[in-house]
Amino acid sequence: MKRPAAIVLGCSAGGPDALKTVLGGLDPRLPQAVLVCCHTASETVELLCGLLGRASRLPVIEAAEREAVRGGTVQVAPAGYHLLVERDLHFTLSTDPRVNLVRPSIDVLFASAAAAWRGALVGVVLSGANADGADGLRELRRLGGCAIVQSPGDALAGAMPQAALDRAGADHCVPLDAIAPLLNQLCLP
Amino acid sequence: MDHSPDDLELEGIELDLFVEAMRRRHGYDFGQYAPASLLRRVRQLARSHGDGAISALTHRLLHEPALLPQLLEGLSVPASDMFRDPSVFRALREQVLPLLASWPQLTIWQAGCAHGEEVYSLAILLEEAGLYERSQIFATDLSALALERAREGIYPLRSAQQWSRNYLAAGGRHSLSDYCSARYGLLKLDGRLRRNVTFVQHNLVSDGVFCEAQLVLCRNVLIYFSDPLQQHCLALFRDSLARGGFLCLGLRERPDSGGATADFTPVDAALRIYRRGSTGSPGRPP
Repeated sequence: MKRPAAIVLGCSAGGPDALKTVLGGLDPRLPQAVLVCCHTASETVELLCGLLGRASRLPVIEAAEREAVRGGTVQVAPAGYHLLVERDLHFTLSTDPRVNLVRPSIDVLFASAAAAWRGALVGVVLSGANADGADGLRELRRLGGCAIVQSPGDALAGAMPQAALDRAGADHCVPLDAIAPLLNQLCLP
Repeated sequence: MDHSPDDLELEGIELDLFVEAMRRRHGYDFGQYAPASLLRRVRQLARSHGDGAISALTHRLLHEPALLPQLLEGLSVPASDMFRDPSVFRALREQVLPLLASWPQLTIWQAGCAHGEEVYSLAILLEEAGLYERSQIFATDLSALALERAREGIYPLRSAQQWSRNYLAAGGRHSLSDYCSARYGLLKLDGRLRRNVTFVQHNLVSDGVFCEAQLVLCRNVLIYFSDPLQQHCLALFRDSLARGGFLCLGLRERPDSGGATADFTPVDAALRIYRRGSTGSPGRPP
């Protein structure tokens, strides 16, 4: 696989803590865009961005409608909207119905990102209590992307990584602490 | 459906042909919709009306005109919630309606009304502000089927709890149940809320100005459009607004990204509420 142009991460229950660990371990020289979809009950992701921003050496911002995807930056899907990536690598938001009972849906982000980068990306599924992300990760792999899944036994909620393994399989199934080093290794020039 | 990179190329061609067929066969132009969300919707239509292939859907689109309303429904604004983003409705209630009260007659245009959830929300706001009697609301949508649903004002009862919370968070003075009845698992809005509402088909892509409004609401519609079409719509809203009239967009929409907001002054930029013209005059004489 050629060097990935982007990293997409999905998680739900137990997600914020898992994200802190992963983002905290990412090398600040990473040139890739890092996109995050984390299910949250809050009305905004302001607090989540703040929390992740303190843990990460990469800047963390909310992904904004029409904005160009930024390299070396963590961009978080806003609450209440699906986040999609256009082929011209700009963000589009959507209020289409929930997918897997959630919006934003990891499946929606992963599928559009996989198409936009034509498979040149890494998808990561972390802790979560439902099956969102599994179909998106499957699509990402079919297009040539690399799939990392947190070991279900290591996750606070194992259902989401287990569903991803069942439906998509993984190129790497590793404990949480191993994910950031692996991403650095796959993504640094 | 699963895709290899080659399939993506083919699918792109299929999508282009679908858009071309829709334009030439039925006169609806989706060529300036944001591609990623348009593709998602067309894929869903291809699955629900066939085997998932967009080319098969295009064939049906060409040869089965009766299918058009369902396709338009699938390609238009999705359902909303009553009082979605309560802070916006609170700001309309507290900051906008008191200023609208200076007009003897009010014309309000809700563009992309989908199933009407926000139209009824607005009607309740106007009712509680004592402005409903002198208001005329035009609720428009691309989809005739969506307008039918909006006209009925019947929704799944499971939404009621969330909507009641939204109503109160938006500063509601009574209880949402005062405006609706519940039976057979359905929530039915009081038909009186509709007495000054006109539901009418309007296509933001191709139809022009049809009223002079004091308030235009168009929330979470522009996110489905590419930049040039967004700018086109913002110009249409400007031309449809009386001087001093208000525009309300969706909370994550970015009207400033293309420059058309020069005609608008923010009333509350975070809530995407704007006012046409910067002069303090309450508006053009009626």
